[in-house]
Amino acid sequence: MTQTLVDFDEALTRYEPVMGLEVHVELNTASKMFCGCPTDFGAEPNTQVCPICLGLPGSLPVVNGKAVESAIRIGLALNCEIAEWCRFARKNYFYPDMPKNFQTSQYDEPIAFDGWMDVEVDGETYRIEIERAHMEEDTGKSTHVGGSAGRIHGADYSLLDYNRAGIPLIEIVTRTIEVPGDKAPAVARAYVNQLRDLIVALGVSDARMDQGSLRADVNLSLRPADTTTLGTRSETKNVNSFRSVERAVRYEVSRHAGILDAGKKVVQETRHFHETEGSTSSGREKSDAEDYRYFPEPDLAPVAPSREWVEELRATLPEPPAERRKRLQAEWGFNDLEMRDTIGAGALELVVETVAAGAAPAAAKKWWLGELARRAKEDNLELADMPVTAAHVAELQGLVDSGRINDKIARNVLDGVLAGEGSPEQVVTERGLEMVSDEGALSAAVDAAIAANEDVAQKIRDGKVAAAGALIGAVMKEMRGQADAGRVRELILEKLGAS
Amino acid sequence: MTESSPITREEVAHVANLARIQLTDAELDHLRDDLAAILDHVKVVQSVVDENTPAMSHPIPVTNVFREDVNVPGLSAAEALAGAPESEEQRFVVPRILGED
Amino acid sequence: MTDLTRKTAAELSELLSSGEVSSREITQASLDRIAAVDGEIHAFLHVSQEAALEAADRVDAARAAGENLGTLAGIPIAVKDALTTRGIPTTSGSRILEGWIPPYDATVVERLKSAHMPIIGKTNMDEFAMGSSTEHSAFGPSRNPWNTGVIPGGSGGGSAAAVAAFEAPLAIGSDTGGSIRQPAAVTGTVGVKPTYGAVSRYGLIALASSLDQIGPVSRTVLDAALLHNVIAGHDPRDSTSLDAPVPDIVAAAKRADLSGVKIGIVKEFIGEGFDPGVRARFEESVALVTAAGADVVEVSCPSFEHALAAYYLVLPSEASSNLAKFDAMRFGLRVAPDGVSEPSAEQVMATTRDVGFGDEVKRRLILGTYALSSGYYDAYYGSAQKVRSLIAQDLERVFVDVDVLMSPTSPTTAWEFGAKIDDPMSMYLQDIATTPANLAGIGGISVPAGLSDGLPVGVQFLAPAMADDRLYNAGAALEKLLAEKWGGYLIDQAPELEVAP
Repeated sequence: MTQTLVDFDEALTRYEPVMGLEVHVELNTASKMFCGCPTDFGAEPNTQVCPICLGLPGSLPVVNGKAVESAIRIGLALNCEIAEWCRFARKNYFYPDMPKNFQTSQYDEPIAFDGWMDVEVDGETYRIEIERAHMEEDTGKSTHVGGSAGRIHGADYSLLDYNRAGIPLIEIVTRTIEVPGDKAPAVARAYVNQLRDLIVALGVSDARMDQGSLRADVNLSLRPADTTTLGTRSETKNVNSFRSVERAVRYEVSRHAGILDAGKKVVQETRHFHETEGSTSSGREKSDAEDYRYFPEPDLAPVAPSREWVEELRATLPEPPAERRKRLQAEWGFNDLEMRDTIGAGALELVVETVAAGAAPAAAKKWWLGELARRAKEDNLELADMPVTAAHVAELQGLVDSGRINDKIARNVLDGVLAGEGSPEQVVTERGLEMVSDEGALSAAVDAAIAANEDVAQKIRDGKVAAAGALIGAVMKEMRGQADAGRVRELILEKLGAS
Repeated sequence: MTESSPITREEVAHVANLARIQLTDAELDHLRDDLAAILDHVKVVQSVVDENTPAMSHPIPVTNVFREDVNVPGLSAAEALAGAPESEEQRFVVPRILGED
Repeated sequence: MTDLTRKTAAELSELLSSGEVSSREITQASLDRIAAVDGEIHAFLHVSQEAALEAADRVDAARAAGENLGTLAGIPIAVKDALTTRGIPTTSGSRILEGWIPPYDATVVERLKSAHMPIIGKTNMDEFAMGSSTEHSAFGPSRNPWNTGVIPGGSGGGSAAAVAAFEAPLAIGSDTGGSIRQPAAVTGTVGVKPTYGAVSRYGLIALASSLDQIGPVSRTVLDAALLHNVIAGHDPRDSTSLDAPVPDIVAAAKRADLSGVKIGIVKEFIGEGFDPGVRARFEESVALVTAAGADVVEVSCPSFEHALAAYYLVLPSEASSNLAKFDAMRFGLRVAPDGVSEPSAEQVMATTRDVGFGDEVKRRLILGTYALSSGYYDAYYGSAQKVRSLIAQDLERVFVDVDVLMSPTSPTTAWEFGAKIDDPMSMYLQDIATTPANLAGIGGISVPAGLSDGLPVGVQFLAPAMADDRLYNAGAALEKLLAEKWGGYLIDQAPELEVAP
């Protein structure tokens, strides 16, 4: 099926995008939402299950109090109202990954509602209104066997692992987001990115898009410019990185514009984002998708958080993001542009962690926004998903500061860390990258360089100190780069009486 | 639903599909008649309540029943799969799923 | 030697503690009786002879070792097949669960085991507890020991028949709209539906979560109280379990004193629709309790007239969701459609549910799905939930003035097999007096009140939530008054069953 796509900028001349974002956050509780099973990622299949999360006949759910606490804290951090009384509801539909064939969720009584979050893009602040945040449970995981490449279409059968079934989820739903069209993709990305930072700061989830503990759905429709006609929306799922959020918005704008330009109608449907192609494809519509037959869950007692409890939880909230950014900027001594770049690169939390691990703010920023950002881009990864930790970066900078390696070697060390060879310290040892600090060896190498380049040496004796570069280069070459260039220079000048 | 339009055969078929029950034509006809008779009896509930009547979902007014966030031993994979119609690679085997990935 | 199967649980308890009989003897007597009469009665879907005798031997050894044991330790019990039993087949009367062996015990089953009660088997029931006759069991109906040509009530006809046929001194039932009380009424036994939340539902295969409640089935009120005491109490695995002390129901059953007790006769349940024979026995019971010093007044609960309509919306709606898990994917039956190569999961689900569920289950699942569906929710399910509030309000009002309510349990005595099977509405009307208790979450008891044309009639008492002790006091008092009149329990008048060679 060919898709007519209209160039994004051209589409914006005729249409305005109207977006909504739904983010699912998997909580990092020790046990599942309604039973005591562990929630560890990557366990052997069907080893974290019990009669409750397998939906065996007779079993009953009991709410994990910690999950409710996390839901309330997320709600408060998003400036939401917290319900005085709310219920769980059953969302009924048949699907093999859902053991009970209903999802225990919340319907018209979410635990948190009517909130907002400010996101910054290019120095501008956009207020994203939060409609609701509600509690629910995750589904199991299916693996498709046969057919082409594990895709569901054409598969012969599927294998079900219910370890993930019942892990607590918080679904955070925005109201319609209307920003200038050219900003929409970046605002969508920034929202998800900054929401992740908030979730991490709250300590309620690992919030890793690559592991599915933070998942975003992008709802998008186009409105013809200068009208109030609402278009039909598509719901794009499988958006597994911040960058993909941005790309999914751009792609859907282009796709919708193509359909509308041709005078056709956009179909309301679920679509799937494909990371490699950067495109979306139609998901088969569930025949009963529109009739979930929600009703209040009779097996669970209503949740009525006391105002005292809510206030206690409010007191545990981290500093609001905007205030925190201001404080950090002052503490780090960054100018506005530096701060904006740091946030824009998705490196704020990484710099915070790196500074906490002992690095100077400027050095932390230099690594994350420089060398690491470059490599992340090469590998098509988010900075946060690079196989290097803030502690590694701080350690690396420490090695440079102590003169044990130089900047050039540091990049070599980084290669080792990214290749999984261990911490920078280990890589230096294993790869033998430590700079030569043996004065005798250095002195001998300098003597050899002087002897081999007598004409250059003479120039230096005559006062042309700038010529020392050539000799330094020769010594460094001899030492395979593992020498402190400053010390080499000192030695050369000393020996040639030019210091 | 009004007096003059009892449940139709199409509605029964639609609902049977929602309930994932493959009914035969004979079953559909028979059920339509049964449901019409039952609905005729139960529809009275609409006329004896109004918007001010509270709806009761739980017979006993208990709230905030929570569990500690601790792990409790569950089933082994073997126990979990013991009742499965079919299993493979420590997973439940299900027929091909019509739908999306 | 005395026939141990004729003894009440309270009597057996004394024989056990005095060392006159062993649990093995009692358990073996029950098993022998099952072997002799269950071919005719069909109260059991599964008999666990070995496990029961092992449990009996364990409790005998414990008693010999001087361990301090509870009142019912060593007394065998039958359990409705709606409760999960680890390692023992559990079907809930349905083909769709045939062969399923649960990997866990229901909380009530755990409590029976820790009370050292040998579980002798699983009793028959209407499929998923949908029915009033056991005719909807996928494994054939149970028969009423009073007359094997009539139904033993339902859904818990198996538990009631087992107790009435002296196959077990005690049984466990579950009551969603009368499934303990109506079978008790039509078999001349005692059945109690405790206050919602008094007994844990963990491990009870759910029919309608907000209505279901497990309770005792026995031949005397005191026996029911003793069993209630074993199974009741808070369970952290059931979110709707009451976290409150269990009232002293055993003392109440022993008190059996109606002097000064205010009894309300529910006006709505003494009119037409109740058989003359049922009304006659009820009126005699009212006269007895009045003579015994009870203060009897007539009360009106107008909302009760709509209880049945609300019930037949709430139940199917919740059931449609509770029974969605029976989908052929993880456990139970799996049937592929005929003539379809490589059927999809959807097709296998739909075919299995057509083949695996009986007509009554399908009827209610379709009805419930419809009542919850878009466009109909407010009119049906939503309105029904509001009627529940009206019923609760009526009860709250009348319980200001009276301690308990009294009515016939069921409008008729047991009927012949097949008489109502093709007319769902006439079957549903049997639940008219029992459903209000479930809708409002209060407790109810049915006690035998005599015979009509040779078949038992039951009288029901209802008490406010968390006042189940009042049920036992009133029930035991009426039982005592009638026993004095008859010179024994009603069950002793039951005809002898033919015994298999």
